[in-house]
Amino acid sequence: MSDTLSVSVHRGTSGARFDRFEVPRLPAQTVLDVVTWIQREADPTLAYRFACRVGMCGSCAMTVNGRPRWTCRTRVETAARDGRLTLEPLRNLPVVKDLVVDMAPFFAKWVKAEGVFTPRADLGADFAVVPPASPARAAADAAVECIGCGVCYSACDVVAWQPGYLGPAALNRSWTLVNDVRDGGQVARLAAVASDAGCHACHSHGSCTQHCPKALSPTASIAGLKRAVLRAALRGEA
Amino acid sequence: MMRAHRNHAGWWAALLHRLSGLALAIFLPLHFLALGTALGGADALDRFLDLTASPLVKLAETGLVLALALHLALGLRVLHVEFLPRPESRTRTVVAACFGIGIAVALLFALNLTA
Repeated sequence: MSDTLSVSVHRGTSGARFDRFEVPRLPAQTVLDVVTWIQREADPTLAYRFACRVGMCGSCAMTVNGRPRWTCRTRVETAARDGRLTLEPLRNLPVVKDLVVDMAPFFAKWVKAEGVFTPRADLGADFAVVPPASPARAAADAAVECIGCGVCYSACDVVAWQPGYLGPAALNRSWTLVNDVRDGGQVARLAAVASDAGCHACHSHGSCTQHCPKALSPTASIAGLKRAVLRAALRGEA
Repeated sequence: MMRAHRNHAGWWAALLHRLSGLALAIFLPLHFLALGTALGGADALDRFLDLTASPLVKLAETGLVLALALHLALGLRVLHVEFLPRPESRTRTVVAACFGIGIAVALLFALNLTA
């Protein structure tokens, strides 16, 4: 391990300017530690975003040596084997400054994908009973741990090629609600995800699944949506 | 452009699926054009088919078989992703199997050509 790390950091909003910093190496150092060191010790004007530091909030996601990752859960030695780091903001989102992106378009697509719980009218006053072992609950469980960090959205080439594409996170969210027996908004949801910008646009590259820090599989969720849309179409419901 | 976030089995499989599909799409009209020479009589077709004795054409044919076998096998990958539970748990195995099937079929074809 050399004593310093050579870190190239995206600055501004253009994608053209990178500043280089020499950062002292420390044992068990995370990429977030590196960014924090730069801001505190070298350049206080550096903009970046973080909150929890422990992989719960998802706000510190950035592009590290070309891969989208949570910087707080990425050790320097796994991302920069040769002692060099290039830090960029997440792809596919407008850059606010330096390493900060505007997440508004990302979450707007969750709304577009009908990723909002809509209670069924006939639920009644009592709690709905959802057996944990039921297939629908198991399918929702497999996808429900998403914390909305945007790593999958940044990894997705289809989002880059087709900016209207709802993207893996929004479609994954829709899939959890398609499997929610308490939800009454399924017709609108399936219509939303069956649009040109929806699940059928997925190319099954699997980059979302490959890079998801929670080891979720939006690819499988999108495949589930395709099957749900087909079933609804065959029944004449969509 | 090759970028770090694309360097994983699923993406390589999708790229080869796309490229083999394009190759087959380009080949198909040429294939019909070749068959169309029969409209000019058996001699015309035979003269064209004599070209297939050349090693270069045999190599191209092997490439074509590779593209066809790969495209078919990678279609199985897509079916696997679309219809089987937890496809992400088997990505590397399935992609390796698809590449294996494609290469094995092309090799068998090439061996048969030289037999």
